This record gives sequence, C-alpha cells and structure tokens, in this order.
Amino acid sequence: MLLNTRHFGEIEIDESKIINFKEGIPGFEDLKKFVVLYDGDETSPFRWLQCVDDGQLAFAVVNPFMIVNDYNIEIPEEIVSSLNIESIEDVMVLSIVVVPDDVSKMTMNLKAPVIINTKNNTGMQVVLDTDMYSVRHYIVEELRRREVNTGAGTNKEEK
Amino acid sequence: MLVLTRKRNESIIINDNIEITVVDVQGEQVRIGINAPKSVSVYRKEIYLEIQAENKKAAEVKSIDLKDILK
Repeated sequence: MLLNTRHFGEIEIDESKIINFKEGIPGFEDLKKFVVLYDGDETSPFRWLQCVDDGQLAFAVVNPFMIVNDYNIEIPEEIVSSLNIESIEDVMVLSIVVVPDDVSKMTMNLKAPVIINTKNNTGMQVVLDTDMYSVRHYIVEELRRREVNTGAGTNKEEK
Repeated sequence: MLVLTRKRNESIIINDNIEITVVDVQGEQVRIGINAPKSVSVYRKEIYLEIQAENKKAAEVKSIDLKDILK
C-alpha cells in the first residue's frame, strides 16, 4: 500500500510488515498500526516507527542496547503472554527518542521501551516497574561516555 | 467520581474481574493490591502521564536525517 508520510513523502508500505499495537501508544491510543523503517543504513542504531493509520505521525527510535551497553530489562510476564512471545530471538526492543532543537540534548526513553514480537507483528510500549531507568536518558552523553561505535557514520577522529 | 470508604484488608470489585484491596495504611501512604486479568494494564498515573507527554514531544520530531545525527 502507498502511504503519504510527513517525513518521507509517499512511500510504499509492505503490508506484511505492519505491526499491530492493540493499545496504541500512550498519548496516541487510537493509532494501532505502525511499521519500522530505516534511513538506508541498517547498521545505524536509529530507526523510524512510522504510523500507518496516520502518516503524519512517526517517532525516531533507537536500539537501546546499541547505546547503553548494560541496559538490562525484564519483559513482564503479562506482556510476554499478551504479545504471545515464544522466543527472545523474535523480540525487537526500541526506545522512543525526543529530538529537541539542540540535537545534542536528545533523549531516549529507557523506562518505557517499545517491545515488538517480530514473529506475529504485535507490539506494545511497556512501562517497566523499575527506578533504574529514566524516561529521558541523554543519548549523546552516553555515547561519549562509552565511546560506542554506533555504526551510524560516526567517525571517532572527528569528535 | 465515586468515593468509597474502606478499611485495611477491605476490597472493592470492579466489573466482576478486578479486585482492589487496601493492603496497608501508614500515615499518608496507602498500599494497594490489585488483582486483574493480564489483559488489563495497571499504571501509576503520574508515570503514565509522563510517558504520554514524552511521546507527544517525540512526535514533534522534525524531518531530520538520523544517519547524520551523531556526526
């Protein structure tokens, strides 16, 4: 299907890749269908979570494990059963990113990751019952601290 | 809003399948136990509101090239 999007213009969406968020995303509870897109660079930790119900809505998202080495979460049992997760290998975890005008201050939400079962294409944003992780975790600071090679075209020499 | 008075260890039942029990009361703090089907999401309200607000901010992201963002 063709989808008219805010960020990418008109794009072709592979309907078999559509992920169903039966509860929507907090703040956007009525929007249920999303796809994960990437900017032509699969090795980058960044992706877009593009809404299919409303092409104007897309979240920048990031693979949290590529930013925070020791990010360690336990998917609650009710989520495992609600998403029908059978194998951890089917699970994709994404953190929603807030990009302010000053890009160096961008943050990721580690407290409420988006959990996707890629086997049956269902997903949910899960609020973790822990005080270990913040809703606003600074990304650039984290990368500098850990010197993670993000594979996002980052050239360490240029820093 | 419906307001009910309950004592410690007393419960209320909502819709036949959700039970909310006052487990303990100590001064300003009330411990609440919730028995609900797994399909029912239970959140602390202030955290849910914070996640909602954060998602709304995230949705305002401009058309940026994520590939270039860390350069």
